Amino acid sequence: MSAPVYNFAYLDEQTKRMIRRAILKAIAIPGYQVPFASREMPMPYGWGTGGVQVTASILGPDDTLKVIDQGSDDTTNAVSIRKFFVKTAGVETTTRTEDATVIQTRHRIPETALTENQVLVYQVPIPEPLRFLEPRETETRRMHALSEYGLMHVKLYEDIARHGHIATTYAYPVEVGGRYVMDPSPIPKFDNPKLSDSAALQLFGAGREKRIYAIPPYTKVKSLDFEDHPFEPYRHDAACELCGATHSYLDEVITDDKGGRMFVCSDTDFCEQRRAEGHAHVPDQNEAVHG
Amino acid sequence: MYVAVKGGERAIDNAHKLLADARRGDRAVPEISLDQIDNQLALAVDRVMSEGSLYDRELAALAIKQARGDLIEAIFLLRAYRTTLPRFGASEPLETGSMDIRRRVSATFKDLPGGQVLGPTFDYTHRLLDHALADGGEIEEPATASADGARFRSVAELLADDGLIEGDEAPAGEVGDLTREPLSFPAGRDLRLQNLARGDEGFLLALGYSTQRGFGRTHPFAGEIRYGSVDVEFFAEDAGFTVPLGTIFMTECQMVNQFAGSATRAPCFTRGYGLVFGQSERKAMAMALVDRSLRARELGEETGSPAQDEEFVLSHSDNVQATGFVEHLKLPHYVDFQSELGLLRKLQAEFHAANPQIDTPKDSAMQDAAE
Repeated sequence: MSAPVYNFAYLDEQTKRMIRRAILKAIAIPGYQVPFASREMPMPYGWGTGGVQVTASILGPDDTLKVIDQGSDDTTNAVSIRKFFVKTAGVETTTRTEDATVIQTRHRIPETALTENQVLVYQVPIPEPLRFLEPRETETRRMHALSEYGLMHVKLYEDIARHGHIATTYAYPVEVGGRYVMDPSPIPKFDNPKLSDSAALQLFGAGREKRIYAIPPYTKVKSLDFEDHPFEPYRHDAACELCGATHSYLDEVITDDKGGRMFVCSDTDFCEQRRAEGHAHVPDQNEAVHG
Repeated sequence: MYVAVKGGERAIDNAHKLLADARRGDRAVPEISLDQIDNQLALAVDRVMSEGSLYDRELAALAIKQARGDLIEAIFLLRAYRTTLPRFGASEPLETGSMDIRRRVSATFKDLPGGQVLGPTFDYTHRLLDHALADGGEIEEPATASADGARFRSVAELLADDGLIEGDEAPAGEVGDLTREPLSFPAGRDLRLQNLARGDEGFLLALGYSTQRGFGRTHPFAGEIRYGSVDVEFFAEDAGFTVPLGTIFMTECQMVNQFAGSATRAPCFTRGYGLVFGQSERKAMAMALVDRSLRARELGEETGSPAQDEEFVLSHSDNVQATGFVEHLKLPHYVDFQSELGLLRKLQAEFHAANPQIDTPKDSAMQDAAE
């Protein structure tokens, strides 16, 4: 038994080449799911193996990596993935959005606008936006090939008929570049507008499902909707109780067992920077007591 | 005042230290060695090698030790190592007909050339807890017979001599590898068999069982099950000849199933095939049942049962994928949950605005408490 020796960023160069080919194809056909020979990774499927493989394939020694989960750099899985790349690639890491060249994310897009020098890598659990309408891959691939997206519109319509609203609140389907309907991964629909016309390259990796797809920079991404029911991002009607932000996505935190709760920024780096700049919550007379 | 939680990193480190401590357990108890696992938990090692797709007893034993006996975790460890290994090529097809037999039984013929060889088996043991085993002790030397060098022809081969069973010609073209090319549907039988060989024993067992209970019946007979060692050979292109790589132990199951025929072909038995590393008859048999079920379309049979549904079976057989995705629900989902919560509150508010006569949940909860 010989002790294993691992390559830079874990994956062997042959595998990286294979993944890079898939990425290039994905960029060439925005929103199209490119099958790739996903590898077993040393973290479980469903915990970011697709994102990790994409990151491992694009990472160079000069890159600075940021990893977030639920908008936070400090959640356990983000810590684990960041440590993985520190260990296997020895790259610099950061929690500051603007300092990162590669940002791997689960479930959020950072509040700070991204630039042309950045790549945002999403972890994707179920890449197929039509999956819960049609479980068969053979069928859904045909539907994409024919741009047969009526089923999705019927689903959204039925939501409105039943609830008065579209009941999809995250992983809200989008149309990319006027062609493919795409699952933006389970980001809240609050983040959907940031997908469009982004300066940064956005890559999506689904390890278990063996798919990679992409939104090239400055690509139009439209959240599906109807003329009489236009798309509406959702946000709790409150200000962050740490930095006072009124335009960021908020996490609700339960503070006691008597129904007390507070709202704080989901993007921890954004919130910390605002506080460092002197922003703070201004208590409103009317909202002093919650719950 | 709530402060955004920090210290995830230290918490993880501490959790892993605790894991290492729990893995070792009571320090007064001697630590288990890889040799002990390899020898005395040999079937666990077999399963981990089989579903881990890597034939290396020592690494499999290490994985079992590291996983504290959680075999799916051990399979995962082995897979994550296997995937980093460079690939030189594929071996020559294994000649299981020339297997050095440890065990070979057929349920279709009372006797056959080579005979029934029971070998080491749980079959026919009475499942009574053996307290003598708890204390250890001397084990009798087993009775052995010298191998007479006979080639045990397989039951399928014997049936094929008389044209009673379909042939098993080598597939045209190169054999696929789903670890290098993503699986697409419909999948060829080569890829289906590879998927099943790596698939979870329990999942295949349940699917195979379901076919016996009428969900896609195939009328199977265990034509033959054999366990023993086979040589692995590799054609070295540089040298221009075949070189032996070593010997591995395998279990093979040839299931003989109900016949199929057509206007142009006389009816004959069909095959289901199972092949796994080490000794695992349960897995090999279940695999053979499911393999045969997945051929329903090819053989023009009615389809619709779970075990006949290629996408369903092949997409859910892998326990490393399955355990990862099921357990990923442990990861934080508060961002998505908040979105759902927001919508739900809105819908509730609209409901109560439209139905003022119905109590709000808070009121009715208080009522429940009062009752």
